Amino acid sequence: MASKPRIKLPKSAAAGEVITIKTLISHTMESGQRKDKEGNPIPRQIINTFTCEFEGAKVFECELDPAISANPYFEFNAKVEESGTFKFTWVDDDGSVYETEQDITVS
Amino acid sequence: GMAAVGFSIGPAMAAVEETEKAIAEFAGGATPETGRITLTAPEIAENGNTVPISVEVDSAMSGDDLVESVTILAEGNPNPEVCTFHFTEMSGSAAATTRMRLAQTQNVIALAKMKDGSVFMDKKLVKVTIGGCGG
Amino acid sequence: GTWTRAAAQQGLSEDQLLDMDGKGKLTLLHITDIHAQLKPVYFREPSVNIGVGPVAGKPPHVTGQDFLALYDIEPGTPAAYALTSEDFVSLARSYGRMGGIDRVATVIRRIRDERGSDNVLLLDGGDTWQGSYTAQETQAADMVTVMNALQPDAMTGHWEFTYGAERVSELIENLPFAFLGSNIYDAEWDEPAFEAWKMYERGGARVAVIGQAFPYTPIANPRWMFSNWSFGIREEDIAKHVSDARAAGAEVVVLLSHNGFDVDRKLAGRVEGIDVILTGHTHDALPEPVVVGSTLVIASGSNGKFLSRVDLEVADGAVKGYAHRLIPIFSDVIARDPDMAALIDQVRAPYEEELARELGRTESLLYRRGNFNGTYDDLFCQALLTERDAEISLSPGFRWGTSLLPGDAITVESLHNACAMTYPEAYRSMMSGTLIKEILEDVADNLFNVDPYYQQGGDMVRVGGMGYTIDIHKPFGSRISDMTLLATGAAVEPARDYAVAGWASVNEGTEGPPIWDVVESYLARNPVVTLQENNSVEVRA
Ligand SMILES: [Mn+2]
Ligand SMILES: [Mn+2]
Repeated sequence: MASKPRIKLPKSAAAGEVITIKTLISHTMESGQRKDKEGNPIPRQIINTFTCEFEGAKVFECELDPAISANPYFEFNAKVEESGTFKFTWVDDDGSVYETEQDITVS
Repeated sequence: GMAAVGFSIGPAMAAVEETEKAIAEFAGGATPETGRITLTAPEIAENGNTVPISVEVDSAMSGDDLVESVTILAEGNPNPEVCTFHFTEMSGSAAATTRMRLAQTQNVIALAKMKDGSVFMDKKLVKVTIGGCGG
Repeated sequence: GTWTRAAAQQGLSEDQLLDMDGKGKLTLLHITDIHAQLKPVYFREPSVNIGVGPVAGKPPHVTGQDFLALYDIEPGTPAAYALTSEDFVSLARSYGRMGGIDRVATVIRRIRDERGSDNVLLLDGGDTWQGSYTAQETQAADMVTVMNALQPDAMTGHWEFTYGAERVSELIENLPFAFLGSNIYDAEWDEPAFEAWKMYERGGARVAVIGQAFPYTPIANPRWMFSNWSFGIREEDIAKHVSDARAAGAEVVVLLSHNGFDVDRKLAGRVEGIDVILTGHTHDALPEPVVVGSTLVIASGSNGKFLSRVDLEVADGAVKGYAHRLIPIFSDVIARDPDMAALIDQVRAPYEEELARELGRTESLLYRRGNFNGTYDDLFCQALLTERDAEISLSPGFRWGTSLLPGDAITVESLHNACAMTYPEAYRSMMSGTLIKEILEDVADNLFNVDPYYQQGGDMVRVGGMGYTIDIHKPFGSRISDMTLLATGAAVEPARDYAVAGWASVNEGTEGPPIWDVVESYLARNPVVTLQENNSVEVRA
């Protein structure tokens, strides 16, 4: 299970500005490499895809492998031309989808 | 101070061959060139469980001058794949940062694929150490 | 006493030690790696300090007679005593202790008077708050009180962080000057956690000072004590601060650095636009700057033994000339500043009785510095073997720790000067021969990696009960061979487990008595320390 994702991005920006977005989500990112106390392999369970969209258009995407650390962190950029809503999506191996949104005002 | 820790710091690079394969697969026939892509990582990892890595590719990110994707590989991990970033014109710039696991001292490799099919590569040696001692 | 005669013979006087032809209007004063030494100390410089790759044989990797020859210093002179290990015991008896923050205060006051205090920047390179009994007991309050009275303009840090994030933040919030750390970031969101640089107006010039804390603090010291902070060299950040500072009108750019000498020398060759790097951490004392391109790299020693003065002539927005002097603080020659002397007495007063308590006596010179051995560590390793019933002992290659002359009492104060720290637990654990070799290989690579950015500073971990051969030019993983138990002459077997005792583990939850209790209890049964020459490490260099 993952906990509520956290986002850092500016509330406002100038048209055409390239802003920086930072995201964090709590997740153990079980690699599939570890063994439990009885020596049985602990099955892999990771966030496998992260996507950032702006008003339905893809801005940035990452496919994750088990080498990504627990509590995956991403920092990337976005070029904003108009006010709107960013949508962030994390997809878990178990099929769960975690989503959050944040608005930006562009002047 | 010497810590009684049990992880291996041996030079065995489990995934070197697989890394070569992964590079060839990502490059799709192109020969990776140096330049344009910069991989930034600490020289020595503070914590092998969470090593910050950043990539930046020199690109206008519009029209034909576009970075389509960047993949990160680690040649000393059990599996070389780390992650693949996909960029668009709306990314504004082809730059991203994440945090990765490093099982031991090894090269981290970043490859960028441009819209025209050309591929650029950078690598950096990141040391994973037991720690302790100092001046 | 003897020193007076010797000092007189050499014509040593306070005026002479401070004498310098000034240059320009601006003066930088640099002190670093005081390691909480408020009082004058003996501190023997290393006799072995090997450089690898492109820095082999270059300062600071020059010791003893080679050092004297390189800088044209006569044997037996005050400079020879201050800067090398040559003839150390007899020169120490002649010239006396060095340092003492009350003497440092006198030197700073006189330079401020001579140059005008508006023209002087006093910069502290860090490793200031740790390294003594009183710093340990007061969690650095003694050092903060005393340093505040010196009125520095900025500092950076390393061992400071081992008081833990909460204590460090509390102390820094109350400092009347800047604590600069360009390379310290919040580990969660990767945002700057400290002020990176600051602009000063001195000597009619705009001077930017960028602070660089020890890049490998979370590796060399326990990360769990300050887990929300991430460090690193972050060369690209320094370059950005330099260009920001120039854009803001800086005519002089200074890097107040705790990188260590070789890291700073490499950095000077890669980052444009730094006029002066005031370097620290590796405890080197050099009588002349090392010049890299147009950057001066200044190494000011440790333990309060030296203060560097750098005069800069600034014209047309740039540095046009300089003068430099590494001022040795001969404690018997430089007068005590009375106010500072009183303040030091005051912070030490509650502890004087305990500080003076005698634990034993040494018939051998006790010192720490050297790439592979130090006699103080030989004592620690012996105490660990005996008191923790171990086959092999390990003592970290710290570069702090003052010296004791043959015949000196080992007091609580002098013992703590060699081991005061916030993670002193003397552990005992079973380690395989393979693991012990891996530890030695790992430390050796931190010291002898040909790329300075992959070095951590510090020296080789000291080993008791076991000898080995090291070939420093071999690659990682193959430098160490011939590991042998000294007691039996038997080879250390990779698969066998050995009882290993050590101290200062960076791991959280390490258990054991503090190292000072281990040494005290050893001294209670072995009150006279006599050490044979330690030949247990064979070095191929
Ligand atoms: Mn130091
Ligand atoms: Mn240091």
